[in-house]
Amino acid sequence: MEAQTAEDGGAIRIMSVLEIRDVTKKFGGLAAVSGLNLIIEPGELLGLIGPNGAGKTTVFNLITGVYKPSSGDVIFQGRRLNGLRSCRIASLGICRTFQNIRLFKQLNVLDNVRIATHLHTKANLLDSILRNTRLLNNDRELTEFSLMILRSLKLEDVSDQRSSDLPYGLQRRLEIARAIATKPKLLLLDEPAAGMNPQEKVELMELVRCVRRDFHLTILLIEHDMRVVMGICERIYVLDYGELIAEGKPEVIRKDPQVLSAYLGE
Amino acid sequence: MRIFIQQLIFGIQLGSLYALIALGYTMVYGVLSLINFAHGDVYMVGAYIGFYACTYWLPFQRISADPHAAVMNIVLAVVVLLLSMLMCGALGVVIERFAYRPLRNGLGITDAHFWGFALSLPVAFHFHLFHKVSDGAGRFLFGIMWFLLIGVIVGYALRPVIRWISLRTVLSPSRLNALITAIGVSLLLENGGWLVFGPNPEFIGTMVPEKNFKILGGVIINSSQLAILVISLILMLILRHIVLHTRTGKAMRAISHDIEAAKMMGINTDKVISVTFAIGGALAGAGGMMVGVLTHVQITPLFGLLPGIKAFVAAVIGGPGNIPGAVLGGIIMGVAEAFVGGSSFSTYRDAIAFTILIIILLVRPAGLLGRNVAEKV
Amino acid sequence: MRILLLRVIAILVTFIGLYMLSQFVTYQMDPYYFQVLIECGVYIILAVSLNLINGITGQFSIGHAGFFAVGAYVGAAWTMIWQPMVVGRYSFLQMGTLHGDILNLLIALVLGMISAGMAGFVVGLPSLRLRGDYLAIATLGFAEVIYVLLLNINSVGGARGLNGIPTLISSGNLALFWIFLFVIISIVLSRNIMQSVRGLTWLSVREDEIAADAMGVDTTKVKVTAFVIGSALAGAAGVLYAHFLTGISPDIFSMNTSILITTMVVLGGSGSVTGSVIAATVLIVLPEMLRFLKNDRMVIYSVLLIVMMLTRPQGIFGTKEIGFPKWRRKQPKTEGRSA
Ligand SMILES: Nc1ncnc2c1ncn2[C@@H]1O[C@H](COP(=O)(O)OP(=O)(O)OP(=O)(O)O)[C@@H](O)[C@H]1O
Ligand SMILES: [Mg+2]
Repeated sequence: MEAQTAEDGGAIRIMSVLEIRDVTKKFGGLAAVSGLNLIIEPGELLGLIGPNGAGKTTVFNLITGVYKPSSGDVIFQGRRLNGLRSCRIASLGICRTFQNIRLFKQLNVLDNVRIATHLHTKANLLDSILRNTRLLNNDRELTEFSLMILRSLKLEDVSDQRSSDLPYGLQRRLEIARAIATKPKLLLLDEPAAGMNPQEKVELMELVRCVRRDFHLTILLIEHDMRVVMGICERIYVLDYGELIAEGKPEVIRKDPQVLSAYLGE
Repeated sequence: MRIFIQQLIFGIQLGSLYALIALGYTMVYGVLSLINFAHGDVYMVGAYIGFYACTYWLPFQRISADPHAAVMNIVLAVVVLLLSMLMCGALGVVIERFAYRPLRNGLGITDAHFWGFALSLPVAFHFHLFHKVSDGAGRFLFGIMWFLLIGVIVGYALRPVIRWISLRTVLSPSRLNALITAIGVSLLLENGGWLVFGPNPEFIGTMVPEKNFKILGGVIINSSQLAILVISLILMLILRHIVLHTRTGKAMRAISHDIEAAKMMGINTDKVISVTFAIGGALAGAGGMMVGVLTHVQITPLFGLLPGIKAFVAAVIGGPGNIPGAVLGGIIMGVAEAFVGGSSFSTYRDAIAFTILIIILLVRPAGLLGRNVAEKV
Repeated sequence: MRILLLRVIAILVTFIGLYMLSQFVTYQMDPYYFQVLIECGVYIILAVSLNLINGITGQFSIGHAGFFAVGAYVGAAWTMIWQPMVVGRYSFLQMGTLHGDILNLLIALVLGMISAGMAGFVVGLPSLRLRGDYLAIATLGFAEVIYVLLLNINSVGGARGLNGIPTLISSGNLALFWIFLFVIISIVLSRNIMQSVRGLTWLSVREDEIAADAMGVDTTKVKVTAFVIGSALAGAAGVLYAHFLTGISPDIFSMNTSILITTMVVLGGSGSVTGSVIAATVLIVLPEMLRFLKNDRMVIYSVLLIVMMLTRPQGIFGTKEIGFPKWRRKQPKTEGRSA
C-alpha cells in the first residue's frame, strides 16, 4: 500500500484507505444511515455488524456509488467519491460482493472472472474486433490471471460450469473471486457467509484471511454472525437503526452493553 | 378561439377513445408487466362486432323522420355496445388463457384442449364449415357443432404432445419473449381477421340519428361526440369503482404491487388476471364499437394496429400501471393529435404521438403519474 | 506473424470464394431464388446486428427498421441526388464503369453507415435512462417517426419513395458478393466481440447491469457503443438493399419490418449469432415456402410463432453457437480466422 500524505493540518501520516465523514442517507422519511463516521486503515480487516435493517448494505451502496449520500463525504485515498458513478469508483479500486448474489448467471465461472479483469485490458474495441496480436496476448494474460484467482479460491475445478449451476457456497466464493479480479485496493464483502453452516463459515473466513494476505487487500466485511466476525476481524463497527453504536476491538465490542441490547433486543 | 375550442373538443373525444384502449394496456401492464400488443386488435374486433351487429344481426331501421324508429335505433345501439363489450371481454380472457398463461406457468394438459379449439378454427374455416346466421339457424348451429367436435378431437390428440413438450420446456420468463408472444397473438388476430372479415374496408352507415348542438360562441358539438364522451366517462367511473371498491379490484392492486406476495396471501392470481383481461377487453370493445358506429371510420382487419400502439404510448406517458395516468395520457395524446391534425403539419399526425412519448420518457422515465421504483441492491 | 499470414490468406480466400460464387450464382440461378437469397442475406445482416444490441448487450430495441431506413435513404440519396451534384467537379465519381460503380457504392456505404450510426447514438442515449419495455417502446417510436418523416419528405419521394436507383451492387454481377461480404463482416465482428474480454463486458451488461457497474464496466459506454455499431451495420444493409432493389419506399421500413427483425433475434435465441442467422433465413424462406397456402399462411405463421415461444422460450439455439471455437483450457491461444 502506498503511503500518501494528507494535506489537512500539514501533519504527515499514513493516510487511511477510506474515510466516511458524517454520512447520512435518507429514503423518504427513513434515515437508513445517519451521521456515520468510519475510517479504514491500510491492510485492515474490518467488520461491520448490526441487526437486520441496520443499514449495513446501505453503507456499501454509499461507498460504491449505487446511492448518493444525502449529506456527508466518502473519501477514498484522499479523493472525494461523491457523485462519481459506480464504474468509476470500481476503477479507482473499490470492489464489492452482493448480499443477494449477483453473478452473471448465464456465463461460465471463468468468464465471470474474466469480465472483472477488463479494467486491466490494454486492448481497445478496435483491437477486439480485429482480433490482432495485441488483443490475443492481452486476453491470454488476463485469462491466466483469472485462472490464478480461481485457483487461489479453489474454484478451478468448476471453471467451465455455468455460474448459476454452482452450489450456493461456491457462488458466494465466485463473487469474491470476481471482485478480486478487478485488483481492488479495498474489498467490500456483504455477508459472504450468509446461509452457510458453521463449518463452512470457518472455512470461508480462513479463505478470506488468505486472500487478504495474497492479494494485499484491505477488507471491510459485513456479517450477521457475531462469533464469525469476532474470530477474524481486527476492529469492528456496530450499526443499529443507521447509527454507529460502538466501535473497537472484538473483545470490547463483545462486552459493550449497547451492542448486547441491540442484538438481544432488550 | 372558436376553432381552438372546436379542435379541443375533437381532441378530447379522440383522447377519450385512446384512454379507453389505454386503460386495458395499463391494467394488464400493472398486473403482468406485459405489453399486450394484441390489445389494439381486440379493439379492431370490437369495431367489427359493431359492424356485423348493425348490418346483419340486429334489426336496425333506416334513419327516417319516424321518431319511433330513431329511438328504437338508439336502444339497439346500446345493445350493440354491450354485445361488443361482452364479446371483446371474452376475447381478452381467451387470449390470456391461450397464450399468456402458458407463458407464465408453463404449458399444462388443459392447454391441450384450448389449443385444440384454436387449431380447429382454421380447419373449420378451411372446409367452409361455418355458416352465417342469415343462412338459417340450423346450418349455423351445425357449423358450430363441427367446430366443437374437431376442437375436442384435436385437443385429445394434442395431450401427449403437450405432455412431452412440458417436460422439456425450461421456463425463462424473459421480457422479449413475452413481447414476441404478444406480437404473435396480434398477428394471429390481424391475419385471422383478414380471413374471417375479409380484406375489404367495411363502413357502417349512420345508424344513430345525429344532431349538432350549438354551445357558447358558435362552437358546435355533435351528438355522437357527446355520446362518446359520456359513455367513456361512465365506463371510466365504473372501472374506478371496480378497482377501488371491490374485492377483485383490491386483488388487482395487490397483484400489481407484488404478484408473488399476492399469491402467498391466497389470492387466486390467475383468476384475477383473467378478470383484468376481461375488463380491458370490454373497454377496448366499447372503444372499437363507438369508433365504428359513431365516427364513421372505415374498418379493416389492420386498423387496430396504430390506435393500439398510440394507446399504449398514452399509457406509457401517463405511467404504465397507473389508471388515472392512462386517462391523462390518452387525453394529452388526443388533443395533441387534434391540433397537429388541424394545422398545416397534419401529415405528421402519426409522428406526434411518438415525439411526445420520447420527450416525456426522457424527462420522466416512469411516466407523468408513475412512480420511479429503483431496484434494491 | 503466422497469425497475420493466416489472416491474409483467409481474407483472400473469402474474397475469391465470394466473387466466384457470385458470378456463378448470377448466371445459374433462377431470378426468383436469387431475390430470396439476397433478401436472406440482408435480413441476416439486420438480425445479427440487432442481436448485438438485444442479444449480446441485453437492451430492448424493437425499432431496427429505422436504422435500416436511414442507411437505405442516405445511400440512395448519395447515388441519386448528391453524386450528380458533385460529379461535374470530380469526374472520377462517374458511374457506369465497374470501378466507378464500386467507388460510388463504397461512398454510399460509408455515408449510410455513418448516418445510421449517428441515429443509433441518438437512440442509444435514452437507453441510459430507460429500461426494458420503456426502451422498447421508445425505439419503436423512433422507427415510426422516421417512417412518418420519410412519408412526408418530398425530396425523397414521399410515399412513392425513390425509384430508379442505379443498381451499383449488381454491376459486374457482384450483388451476392457485396451482401454476403457484409454478412460475413457482421458475423465475424459479433463473434470477435463476444470472445474478447472487452466484449464479455457487453454480455455482463445483459446479465446484470448493477453487478457489471460494480465491476467497473462503463455500462453507459457499452450500451451506446452497441447501439452505434448495431445500427451502422443495419445502415449498411439498407444501402445494399436499396441499390439492389433500385426502388425503395417507406413501406419497406414500416413497423412490420422492425417486428420481423426482432422476431428473428428472439426466435434464434437472444445472444446467439448462429441462431440469428438461421432464424433470419427461416423467417424469410418459410413464408415463401408457405405461399401455396395462400391466405392461411400468415395465420399459420403467427400460430407457429406463438407455439415456438411457448415451447422453446429460449429460442432455437438458446445462447449456444455453432462453429465458434470455445476457449480451450490447455491451449489458451485462440487462432483468429477472421476476415
Ligand atoms: N432503495 C431503498 N429504498 C427505500 N428504503 C431502503 C432502500 N434500501 C434500503 N432501505 C431501507 O434502509 C434500511 C437499511 O437497509 P439495509 O439493506 O442497509 O440493511 P442491512 O443492515 O443490510 O440489513 P440486512 O442484515 O437485512 O441485510 C432498511 O430499513 C431498508 O428497508
Ligand atoms: Mg444487508
